[in-house]
This record gives sequence, C-alpha cells and structure tokens, in this order.
Amino acid sequence: MTAPAGTRPVAAAPARHRRRTAVVLSGAAVALVLAALAGVWVGALPLPPGAVLATLLDRALAPLGVDVPGGLEGTGAAVLLQLRLPRVVLAALVGGGLAVSGAAYQGVFRNPLADPYLLGAAAGAGLGATLVIAYAPGTSLGPVGVVPLAAFAGALAGVGAALALGTAAGGSSSATLLLAGVAVASFLAAAQTLVQQQDSDDLRQVYGWLLGQLGRARWTDVVLVLPYLGAACLVLLLCGRALDVLAVGDDEARSLGVHPGRLRLLVVAAASLATAAAVAVSGLIGFVGLVVPHVVRRLVGGSYARVLPAALLAGGAFLVLADLVARVVLAPAELPIGVVTAFVGAPFFAGLLWSGRRR
Amino acid sequence: MTGARVEVVGLGAAHGRSRVLDDVRLTVAPGGWTAVIGPNGSGKTTLLRAVLGAHPHEGLVRVDGVPTADTPRRARARQMAYAPQRPVVPDGVTTAEYVGLGRTPHRPLLAAPRAGDRQVVADVIARLELTDLADRLVSTLSGGEQQRAVLARALAQQPRVLLLDEPTAALDLGHAQQVLDLVDRLRRQDGLTVLSTLHDLTLAGQYADRLALLSRGRVVAEGRPAEVLTPAALAGHYGARAEVVAGPHGPVVVPLRGSGRRCGSDRSVSPGGGGEGG
Repeated sequence: MTAPAGTRPVAAAPARHRRRTAVVLSGAAVALVLAALAGVWVGALPLPPGAVLATLLDRALAPLGVDVPGGLEGTGAAVLLQLRLPRVVLAALVGGGLAVSGAAYQGVFRNPLADPYLLGAAAGAGLGATLVIAYAPGTSLGPVGVVPLAAFAGALAGVGAALALGTAAGGSSSATLLLAGVAVASFLAAAQTLVQQQDSDDLRQVYGWLLGQLGRARWTDVVLVLPYLGAACLVLLLCGRALDVLAVGDDEARSLGVHPGRLRLLVVAAASLATAAAVAVSGLIGFVGLVVPHVVRRLVGGSYARVLPAALLAGGAFLVLADLVARVVLAPAELPIGVVTAFVGAPFFAGLLWSGRRR
Repeated sequence: MTGARVEVVGLGAAHGRSRVLDDVRLTVAPGGWTAVIGPNGSGKTTLLRAVLGAHPHEGLVRVDGVPTADTPRRARARQMAYAPQRPVVPDGVTTAEYVGLGRTPHRPLLAAPRAGDRQVVADVIARLELTDLADRLVSTLSGGEQQRAVLARALAQQPRVLLLDEPTAALDLGHAQQVLDLVDRLRRQDGLTVLSTLHDLTLAGQYADRLALLSRGRVVAEGRPAEVLTPAALAGHYGARAEVVAGPHGPVVVPLRGSGRRCGSDRSVSPGGGGEGG
C-alpha cells in the first residue's frame, strides 16, 4: 500500500485514494447484497433461488407497476417475506449501526479498543431487559414487546448517566468520559446481576437475550429501529471530517476551528442512540463494533470520512453472514449470533493482523 | 498575506486553584518573532494555550486590535495556527491528508476538500520538501519529518500568526536548526508573526528577534535577546551558572560547571567544585 518515493506529483495521491475508497465502498455494497440474497435463500425450508429472486424483484418493482412472474406462493412467500427478509434487513441495520458507532467511539476517544458498549449502553440495556424479564414477563405495548423498549431506555439511561457524571466531573475530555462510563457500567452490571440472581428461572432467558438474537425478528422490529438508527447513522456519517480533525488532539482541533467538547458529545449521543436501537432488537452482539472498523481501516486508511461509510456497509454484510452461519451450523437449532461473530470474526481478524505484520 | 500584531494584555490563568500566569503583557509586532523563555513550570505552554483560546484565562488577547474572544472560532482559526509541543499523530493518515487538515477552517465542515484546497496543500508540501513523504503515513515519519509535517499543516491554514510550542523539543541539534531556519524563512517570506516558546536559550537568542522571560507566571524581562539573556537573569530565574557570549546572530549561552565565581550573580552557588568550566 505504501507508494515508492518518487517524482509522482502530489496531486495523484488523493485521486488514487478516492479510487481505492470507491472500490472498497462498492465492494462492500456488493458483499452486502450478496450476503442478503444468501440470507433469504438459505434456511430450513428449501426455496428455489430463481423464485426467491423473482419474488423480491416483484415486490421491489410493484410500486412501479411492473409485474415479475415466477414468484413464490403461499408458505414459501410467507417464509421469505415475513420471516427471512425482515431478519436479514434487521441484521444488516444492526450490523451497520454497531460498526459505525464503534468506529465513531474509537475516533472520539482516540482509543482503538473502544466499542459501542463502552459507556454503559450494554449494561444499561442489560439491566432494563433483565428487570422486565424478571418482573413483567410477557407484557407488550401494542405489537412491540416490552423487552426491546426496556433495553432501549436502559441503554440510553446508561450512556446518559455516564455523560452526566463525566461532564459534571471534568468537562468533556475523553479520559473523564471513559472513566465515568466504566463506573456507570459496573454499577449497572452489578444491579443487573442482583436482579437476575433473585430468580434463577429467568437466567436462561436473560442469557439468551444477552448473547444476542435475531431469531424473532419481524417487520415491527425493523420499523421500531429504523428511525433511530437512520438518524444516528446520518449524523455520524456527516461527522466524519470533523472526527478526522479531532484525531490530531483537542488543542489542535480547537486551533482548526472545531469545538472538541461539543463534537465529542454530539458523536457520543448519536452513536449511543444507534447502539441503543440495535441492542433493543438484537440483544448484545459483540465484536462487530470493535473489529469491523479495524478491518475497514486497513482497507481505506485512517480517515473517518472514508472509514464510517465503509464500516456501515461492511458491518451490515458481516452481520448478515454471521446470522446465516448461526442458523446453519447447528440446524435446526440456532447458535446465539454473538457467539458466531466472535467465532468467525476473531480468527479472521487475527489473520488480518498477521498479514499486516508481514507487509 | 501579512502578519498581524498580537497583543496580550493583563492575561492571567490558573490550573485548578494554583495561579500559573499573572498579568502577562506582551506585544509581538507584525512579522516579528517573539520567543517566550523561562524555567520549567514558569507557564510558557499555558501562556501559548491561553493565547490560542484553549486555556481559560482572564485578560485580553488582541490580533490587529480585535480581541480574539470576539472573533468566531473558525475566523480565529484562519488567523492563528498552532503547533503543540507533542503533536498527536493520528494512525493510518498520510502526510498529504494530515497537511490537508489545515484547510478545515477554510471550507464548510461537512464539505470535501476543493481544488483550491488541494492546490494550497500541494504548494505547502512542495515548499517544506515533503513531496517524497506525501504518501507515507505520518506515524512512520521521523521526529524531524513529523515536525515539518506539523508546520506544513499549520501553514496550510494560511494563518497570519503562528503559535509554536517548543518546535524543537524532540529534535537533535541539526534538525532543530533546520526547523528554526525553516520557520525564520517562512516568516520572512510571508511576513508571518511568530510567537513561540523555546527552552533552548541559545537557539532562542539566535532566531527570535525578541525574547520574553517568564518566571513564576510573570514576564520579568522583555526585549532584544542581548537585553534579556544576561548572566544575572539566568542566575536569578533559572538558578543557572552560565556565561553569555556575543555571537554573530545573537547571544550564545554557555553553561558553566561547578564554581560560584560569576560576575553580577546574586545567587552564586556555594564555593568549591572543580574550578571554572569551559
């Protein structure tokens, strides 16, 4: 990737970067589409691939008045459109959201180990979900179960408490926020364990939730998270260039006309909103938010203006594939998807580190 | 692009409850270079950060008569560039991209760099002889090269004032001289006003046209290098034994070992030791 030092004009460098970024972005988009197609095709009920494509095209083109023949009927169509498609869409949304949030957290804290769960989002969501599972099982508000809502509220409350504590303790410097996040997260995790241990019957359900699951994904879940995830990801993508400036340090960012504290709060708020929405519908899926940004960084370089969009696409593709593996390996049983992301992701990442070392 | 007059009036600052700066007064003429010198902990870096607006302070900083506190952040960033003592070097970013960050205050924050921005960056890179390093990652450059990249980023801002905090801190003598020669050339060519801290007194005396000696948060001497760098001042504020020799471009400070025989020193160290140094 390093170019030989030579007489090539400087202006060629950005052009080459843009081309490389375009290749990576379109590659990730293609991977996402292929993963999604594989995701809706593979499953317990065998569906002919041609008919799957025809059905999807038919539905996609219906508003234009185009009718594609040869689609699925009856059970096949229902499995495809009501079970597999929402699941794949949700996996893509959650994966993309977690990866973008992770990259944003890493940028804002200038810490490669940061992930979306760092500031208490995971612990808060865990406590919220556990409280509901233990004390109000089976309740629902309209079509939506209470567990996702409690997890969403818990995640936001966790991050909110960390931000409030951090800003009260010493402004918006990254170290103070991180430490406040650690304190809040341990407290909430302890509270969750306390609730959980009082009633061991719920343990299995709580653990199942904690390990992440997309098995019960329905269109209502997609509708539930889309506004939050969409808005948050949009804000984060727009902050890419500002995060590049923040990467050179708070004082220098200030000298370049960027307010580091305000930017940090905005990005943390947006990333936490995305994380809370993702956690609410899928539980805690580890590894995506930590590793996808690093993988992407190796492909497009360190600039957040390029890392964030690439992470969005790559994270979506990765989680769709991971979910596919989770459904297939122990079929008809399912592995928790968090197990798969780590199981597939860790060796892949190790390989990447190894090949990077040799380069 | 010409330099601006920088005036610091009655500036005070604190770290928590301890006062670091008190009633600092300082004027840098347009196109001048003032080096702030002073012993460790005298408040040099805090002074520079306060002038930048990165440290809370009382008093005023004026650029060409306009208080910086009244200038919007981005407009201020087009006036004043800053290079910290220990620059944070981002990972995975090439030198060209790093220098390009200097264009931030010149375009909308959400916008991509435009052709004009790329031209400025290419010019600065060529001028600072970074062309061969433009595609290298900044994190892989040597200390001297990184310092040049930081300067290039500051220049890409097209500022009128350069604030440099110990630009030679991590450099050996040869590279320190290269960087200071570069700053001097840039300031003469562009008429930039430079306010820097420099802990190396000889370098400060050779390059800056005025020195401000900061001691315990106050400016205790200000003037041409030969007026400020006196054995008495070095003994009194640094607790140092040194001789000051007139050089072709300014005073040269020669540290002396041992003995207390120092003319004009009111704080000579106890007798004994190994004769006179040198």
